[in-house]
Amino acid sequence: MDVLRIATAGSVDDGKSTLIGRLLYDTKSITKDKLEAVEASSKRKGLDFVDLSLLTDGLIAEREQGITIDVAHIYFATETRKYIIADTPGHVEYTRNMITGASNAEASIVLVDARNGVSEQTRRHLFISSLLELETVIVAVNKMDLVNFDESVFNTIKENVEGIAQKIGFKGSLHFIPLAAKYGDNVVTLSEKMPWYTDKPLLEYLENLPVHAKDENLPARFHVQSVIRPHSEEYHDFRGYAGKLVSGTIEVGQKVIALPSLRESTVKAIYSGYEKVTKAHAGESLNIELVDDIDISRGNTLVIEGAPYQQVSTFTAKLTWMSEQPLTAGRTFLLQHGVNRIKAKVLSFGHVIDMNTIEEKSEVREFKLNDIGEVGIKTAKPIFADLYHDNPHNGAFILIDEYSNNTVAVGFIESI
Amino acid sequence: MSEQKNIFPRELEHEAIYIIREVAAQFERPALLFSGGKDSITLVQLARKAFYPAKVPFPMLHIDTGHNFPETIEFRDWLAKESGMQLIVRYVQDSIDLGKVQEETGKYASRNMLQTVTLLDAIEELKFDACIGGARRDEEKARAKERIFSVRDDFGQWDAKKQRPELFDMLNGKINIGENVRVFPISNWTELDVWSYIKEDGIPIPSIYYSHEREIIERDGMYWPASPFLNTTEDEVPFKATVRFRTVGDMTCTAAVLSEAVTIDRIIEEIKEATISERGARIDDKRSEAAMEKRKQVGYF
Repeated sequence: MDVLRIATAGSVDDGKSTLIGRLLYDTKSITKDKLEAVEASSKRKGLDFVDLSLLTDGLIAEREQGITIDVAHIYFATETRKYIIADTPGHVEYTRNMITGASNAEASIVLVDARNGVSEQTRRHLFISSLLELETVIVAVNKMDLVNFDESVFNTIKENVEGIAQKIGFKGSLHFIPLAAKYGDNVVTLSEKMPWYTDKPLLEYLENLPVHAKDENLPARFHVQSVIRPHSEEYHDFRGYAGKLVSGTIEVGQKVIALPSLRESTVKAIYSGYEKVTKAHAGESLNIELVDDIDISRGNTLVIEGAPYQQVSTFTAKLTWMSEQPLTAGRTFLLQHGVNRIKAKVLSFGHVIDMNTIEEKSEVREFKLNDIGEVGIKTAKPIFADLYHDNPHNGAFILIDEYSNNTVAVGFIESI
Repeated sequence: MSEQKNIFPRELEHEAIYIIREVAAQFERPALLFSGGKDSITLVQLARKAFYPAKVPFPMLHIDTGHNFPETIEFRDWLAKESGMQLIVRYVQDSIDLGKVQEETGKYASRNMLQTVTLLDAIEELKFDACIGGARRDEEKARAKERIFSVRDDFGQWDAKKQRPELFDMLNGKINIGENVRVFPISNWTELDVWSYIKEDGIPIPSIYYSHEREIIERDGMYWPASPFLNTTEDEVPFKATVRFRTVGDMTCTAAVLSEAVTIDRIIEEIKEATISERGARIDDKRSEAAMEKRKQVGYF
């Protein structure tokens, strides 16, 4: 069974939590005791309906303030696949949470309130989906019941969103669905109230989205996490490299190159757990044995001989700043690329995007919390990275503050 | 019975193994928190696969409340031997004897809260900088927001608002002296995922997960295992019933479900049809709506 990871962004006002609650409810993923708890809470609040949004808004602070402030993970499964929803808040001050939630997603659902049409939040969510190069964005035009299920309202929003997507440069596919999540219209079954919408309801659309479609066809990148040496009688001379094949495929007998040493060898065996396999695929955790005893350690990468790879030490990247303390040029950090950590310096700033308006600002002196923009970076030693656009699994990095140890930024390598 | 097809998403296993390997590489002294329940048994399986054919390079730590099911303790000792992992046990009774905690009283008395103190003391004593736990985000609303690497301060506290962002699969385990990290490799698994994994990998589990006959009492619409540790009132008369446990904690806070499920296939069918969530059978969560989050803030696993 495969797993589809989806990010949702939006505020409570858009009915996002209600939509997720509805998906859980209609796929029978809520147990009776949870539903009863939500029914009781709804009654206490004096509501005349069961507020399905209460299923997802978890933290005490959130219940107090009535908003979603972090990434919540929600799980459900159908006969076809398992779903993981990373549900993030839509307000501008939680841009970092949105990026965090969307970083592992293959698709995002952007909610638009049919009454209000396209908002700054819509623009922001599209921008983040575009930044992360998500394959699919589903624009859920919700609360259609409050605009009399009017097709022209839906079409206007559709045109507006398409215009923004074009302006932002979103390259994935956009899909529009009119919803009334509170009543379940077009969520799992097609709505009788909107006969003009003849495409698939939301869940059916999700059921048919391809997962990890491109990863297999990218060049192989095996990130080494550690060296496995059993020191036992049976495996006396065994030396395996534990790690993750982040993209591509790898096979027993293939010639590989270890980076950065550039030493060559041949794949002798591939272990996936207790099993020996002859071929491994993108996303798998493996233990690879090579024919020759060459020096490989944590943070190194194995690539297939003959396939292109590149060594970089100075590059420009799109950076999202995630710390309260602003970023100034010239600061050094630990840069983590895959599992490899290396000292790096932020040399220069290009433009910054104002996340309120999605407008570019030049003459940037500092990056404030949630700012997204362009920076120049130099690493102390070369890393073997791809452009994020070419291979997202080998083209992103995080910055760690050496004093607080916090993760303060995420970057996407843009050009070398 | 019809042949069931494999439904476990292997992607989750690859993800968990990656996380466990990151723990071994990023920390000096990790430990696997073993409760005896199916989630921590799953962790042991994943850890063994992560380092195969080498042995797991860290120990299991069990906080023994003294109120465990005897079947759990027996299974724990067997698993330690079978896996070759080092087993370290610390006792809540010792914390009580030292006067660090006080036994609860009344009919809901349990040592569930007390074990937090014993756990934090053990972490300090043994200088563990990372503890791997079997918590899953689907269990409870507060857990849905916890990171895979969750940093705790000197007092073991969790601050929901100050969590580190986790981007892609890049895990940052850098910590300051005195801090430690709780790691949750099966964060993204559901109860059904755990059971289908146990089934498809053929992982042994303690016998109390399967249907068996046992003395129980009825309280608040749930069935509690009769034991010397459970304070009962006069009208709570034990009777025999065919039950199994869906989640395994202490004998004082784990309710049984009436069940005839003697095989994993039957257990999986039961879960699919269940109307009560897994933690719905845990009295410790029912104390208040925000019970779990409050316990996490003070260092509960």
